Amino acid sequence: MRYVRPGTVDEAVSLLNSEPESCVFAGATDLVPQMQGGRPEPKLMIDLKGIPRLVKVSYSNGQLVVGAATPVSIVKVDDNLKAAFPGLSESSGLIGSDQIQNRASLGGNLCTASPGADTIPSLMVNSARVVIASSGGTRTIPVSDVVTGPGSVSLKSNEFVVEFILDAPPKRTADAYLRFIPRTEMDIAVVGAAARLTLDDADCCTEALVAIGAAAPTVVRAPVAENALRGNPINDETLAEVMAAASAVCSPISDKRGTKEYRRQVAGVLAKRVVLQAAKRAKEKGGAV
Amino acid sequence: MTVAVEESPVKKSYKWVGTRPVRHDGLEKVNGKARFAADMTKPRMIHGHVLRSPLAHAKILSVDTTEAESMPGVKAVVTAADFPPPSKNEGFPHRSSNLIAREKVRYEGQVVAAVAATTRRQAKAAAAKIAVKYEELPHVLTVDEAMADGAPLLHENLITKGLDTTPKQASNIAKRDYFEQGDLEAGFAEADVVYEHEFTTKVVHQGYIEPHACVADTSKDGRSEIWCSSQGHFMVRSATAEMLGWETSQLKVIPAEIGGGFGGKTTIYLEPLAVKLSQKANRPVKIVMRREDVFKATGPTPGTKIRVKIGARKDGTLTAGKAWLAYESGAFPGSWGMLGGWCVFAPYDIPNVQIESFEVVVNKPVNIAYRAPSAPMAAFATETVIDQIAREIKMDPIELRLLNAVEEGDYNHSSMVGTFQRIGLKETLEAIRDHPNYKIPLGPNQGRGVATGFWFNIAQSSSATVNLTENGRAVVVTGSPDIGGSRVSMALMAAEELGIDVKFIQPVVGDTEAVGFTDVTEGSRTTFATGMAVVRACRELVTQLRERAAIMWDCSVEDVEWVDGKAHHSGNKESPLSLAEITAKAKKTGGPLNATGSLEAKGQGPAFSTQICDLEVDPETGKATILRYTTAQDAGTAIHPSYVEGQMQGGVAQGIGWALNEEYIHDKKGVMQNPGFLDYRIPVASDLPMIETVIVEVPNPKHPYGVRGVGEVGIVPPIPAIANAIHDATGLRLRDLPMSPVRVLEGLNQQNGVG
Amino acid sequence: MNRTHVTCMINDDETEFLCDNDESLLDALRDEVGLTGAKEGCGTGDCGACSIILNGQLICACLAFAPEANGGTIETVEGMADGDRLHPLQTSFLEEASLQCGVCTPGFLMAAKALLENNPDPTETEVRYAIAGNLCRCTGYDKIVRAVLGAAAQMRKNPIEGARP
Repeated sequence: MRYVRPGTVDEAVSLLNSEPESCVFAGATDLVPQMQGGRPEPKLMIDLKGIPRLVKVSYSNGQLVVGAATPVSIVKVDDNLKAAFPGLSESSGLIGSDQIQNRASLGGNLCTASPGADTIPSLMVNSARVVIASSGGTRTIPVSDVVTGPGSVSLKSNEFVVEFILDAPPKRTADAYLRFIPRTEMDIAVVGAAARLTLDDADCCTEALVAIGAAAPTVVRAPVAENALRGNPINDETLAEVMAAASAVCSPISDKRGTKEYRRQVAGVLAKRVVLQAAKRAKEKGGAV
Repeated sequence: MTVAVEESPVKKSYKWVGTRPVRHDGLEKVNGKARFAADMTKPRMIHGHVLRSPLAHAKILSVDTTEAESMPGVKAVVTAADFPPPSKNEGFPHRSSNLIAREKVRYEGQVVAAVAATTRRQAKAAAAKIAVKYEELPHVLTVDEAMADGAPLLHENLITKGLDTTPKQASNIAKRDYFEQGDLEAGFAEADVVYEHEFTTKVVHQGYIEPHACVADTSKDGRSEIWCSSQGHFMVRSATAEMLGWETSQLKVIPAEIGGGFGGKTTIYLEPLAVKLSQKANRPVKIVMRREDVFKATGPTPGTKIRVKIGARKDGTLTAGKAWLAYESGAFPGSWGMLGGWCVFAPYDIPNVQIESFEVVVNKPVNIAYRAPSAPMAAFATETVIDQIAREIKMDPIELRLLNAVEEGDYNHSSMVGTFQRIGLKETLEAIRDHPNYKIPLGPNQGRGVATGFWFNIAQSSSATVNLTENGRAVVVTGSPDIGGSRVSMALMAAEELGIDVKFIQPVVGDTEAVGFTDVTEGSRTTFATGMAVVRACRELVTQLRERAAIMWDCSVEDVEWVDGKAHHSGNKESPLSLAEITAKAKKTGGPLNATGSLEAKGQGPAFSTQICDLEVDPETGKATILRYTTAQDAGTAIHPSYVEGQMQGGVAQGIGWALNEEYIHDKKGVMQNPGFLDYRIPVASDLPMIETVIVEVPNPKHPYGVRGVGEVGIVPPIPAIANAIHDATGLRLRDLPMSPVRVLEGLNQQNGVG
Repeated sequence: MNRTHVTCMINDDETEFLCDNDESLLDALRDEVGLTGAKEGCGTGDCGACSIILNGQLICACLAFAPEANGGTIETVEGMADGDRLHPLQTSFLEEASLQCGVCTPGFLMAAKALLENNPDPTETEVRYAIAGNLCRCTGYDKIVRAVLGAAAQMRKNPIEGARP
């Protein structure tokens, strides 16, 4: 196995094309355990952390751009990001331990394509887009188009994620993320939920996005819950509809982390709680950055 | 000269015992220099890799190592054929049969062969080329499956022992133990309240952070040196010799620092493989387990099914108790059910009792001790039913326990205790009853549970050698691996005996050729029994010091007294001589001063612990969060209180993990699904509150300092304390472990008529 | 065998070693450099026993590839003391009896050091979450948390002379 650390996107692209059995990585926090578990060793390991564009968070022209290999410990604490996307900040801060967060990245979390990935629901409710590089240049697609199933993505073998783009949220808009784990740290989400709400001046919800993680083969949006929120105040009646809709959208499995019944029920609970949290934030901070 | 320390009176106040000095081995553990087993390297060392069974139960049709042997870097391959057949009388833990599979594999992870090669990568690659042909057999994973009629058999010739009539057919039930006293029916007839319930617990692992590892260096003269981490290097010597068919004199075992054991390192796994590979390769061989191997092939402690029935009068007097206990033992028989039966009613004086227990083999790794082995599962059942009785008769659960608590002179049917000597159960109950934490008001969804635990503690053989240096310092050598601060405790007792500053005492763990035979560090025995050996050696040294002072003073030894580290002339005719002044003149008074103490200790003090758990249950997710935890334990005498507290806190933390989240999860094929710390969920720091400790000191009259042994009992009460607290918070009685969020929410749903 | 040559600073010493490209940084530190303070408890980033600081960031050395260290700076437990002067965390761990078996201790010390460098006055809860990536099976964490809080107080009071001889 060879190890290379390119300094530019172009260099990385040509390396990726030079060897069919190659693999890009950032933190390797999923890759190493997978290799120990029998994943075949690639012939070429391309370390993306040497490309400056991939390891920075920048904010310009009303857009936030997060390099795909940026450690989530940076994403978690970046002031601009935290102000605009507190839910994405908190989902970044829930991945593994501090040790893991210093290595793990949004790009890795997305492309590992685990149904329980913590940042994917947050990226989805913020309608994040990903810039994907290949020898043909770059293309930009919604985050929601990347994951096709557990462990599988729509990217071709000669492509990799360069960065994430998030548009600045409108006024009185905020997101939140919650996950359920049996312990307080170090677990994979049994179920997760993200929401982003926009409120009008009367605290009525004008726009809502809700996504549920770990309760289906991929992270799923909950459109019925979103419809229940749009145009309505956040009250018990709305929340009951959100809970039912969030549970209904799940198609979970039973495994070592939880039963399908549990996941379905708690998805509703988390959806309710995360909507309340997002609404509270939207009221407090106004949302504009 | 031997001093009968057992008969010595218990002192009341001490200069060193009961203080909290920095441990002598601490510096190397905070600067990274301490050498654990995997830290050892030797010149020309090569690496072993172990091939393990992927199947839970299968016949081994053939093992072909030809291709593996020709792989790059390979220096040696071993299979079962390299070891003599196990003795027909081989008993627990059946190492020779277990440590390398012969005609059958009986659990996923059992060793089939091992390879040594120049690099780890080469060894791993070669092991993958060993061709093993299996014929898969049906397997059993639980006591229910294993005890069912027509169950697949692990051992075709296993006939149940201990039944009234010996069965003719083999089964998976290795042994039945039975005890009764009084008149059970009359006892239940006398009761106003009777509850009977069934409880189940899952297999859990000790979860020490250091995986097993060893280095063996076998020389041409047929001797081998082994560096390894274990709870007893003399055990490693004898067990390795037995499996190899060698003499113990052929093996020298050097204890590395041990990175946690909790009972799980009271046996061996790798050492005979390493010795044999080293012999064949003529190179030192190192084998280190991966975490997955640790989970799949070492430890764990049994899964169980237990039924307990207890009757009580309205005034709280317990009238009768009946227990049926089935303990898994893994792939080979153990005595876990028997131990559970001995513990199940041990804290209570119940006149009419019947206890029946079973050892059941299943296709899982061979169970080995885990901190008060078998007691927590039994206590889960008894302490939950006791809590239920207390609620029914509206009596404080501590008062109910106090009313029925065993005390000195009461009988315990186990062969470990018999009639209780002075014990401290009531004192731990009173400490909890009177603790401010027992009265803190609780909020919504919060609950409080209490429970008591018992453990025998054990004594066994220990040896110590104390050498005085030329300038009056002491080196205390014992044969007990230090798993939690025992070296500093040895030094404190030696300081007390010799009257010198504890910092001038260097406590060390000697290898198998440097100190006398010493049993395993287990059963909370080290500070008790090895401490007694140290005290014996020190008292012998004091006699020698008095003799030397007598020579220096030209007086009779009867005229020399030893007080506070100095020889005093009884007639005050001479200035006192310090220990250092005497050793400085040793060449002129008879040579170096040293002494050994060794004994088969007796009179360990049974241990009791009573605990309060306060928790909060999230009614929407079923998650229980521990808010406060308080533990009161009888230590006898706390030699080093910080490390006594550490044992108490560690036991509680393990008990909390066992209660809430830990379990072995197998798929339908018998393959473990969670062999890593990601999904085998031991508590992390943010899961726990501070664990408040109350050290109760009811000195053990059979120890010179009153030591009772503190390592284990702390893990016994947490499971029922948590179950009782969950009931207090929610009204749910959970009788199956773990009490995970999934299980709690299921219970709450049923309670609410949902789902 | 085609091994990679790595040059880096380890505990202020310029260090060179050869490694395989797929070798973990943990294995390289232990087997190639001889620094065995970082331990392997799991090999999958779940226990924190191999915690080190690479280029100023606390990481699990078992999850990094050894060649990644080329040109970098590494701190391990072996470099924590300043000569004979122990770091206040080391002193505090000894005085609070925060270790029993001691195998997890190097990882906890590195994690706690990283915490206090970012947050000199953490709450108990912040300490507990900051060390949640480090498993200890002996202590129940009580005395570890106390030691970290104690060292933090000591370092706030006495940032320069915090270490004792």
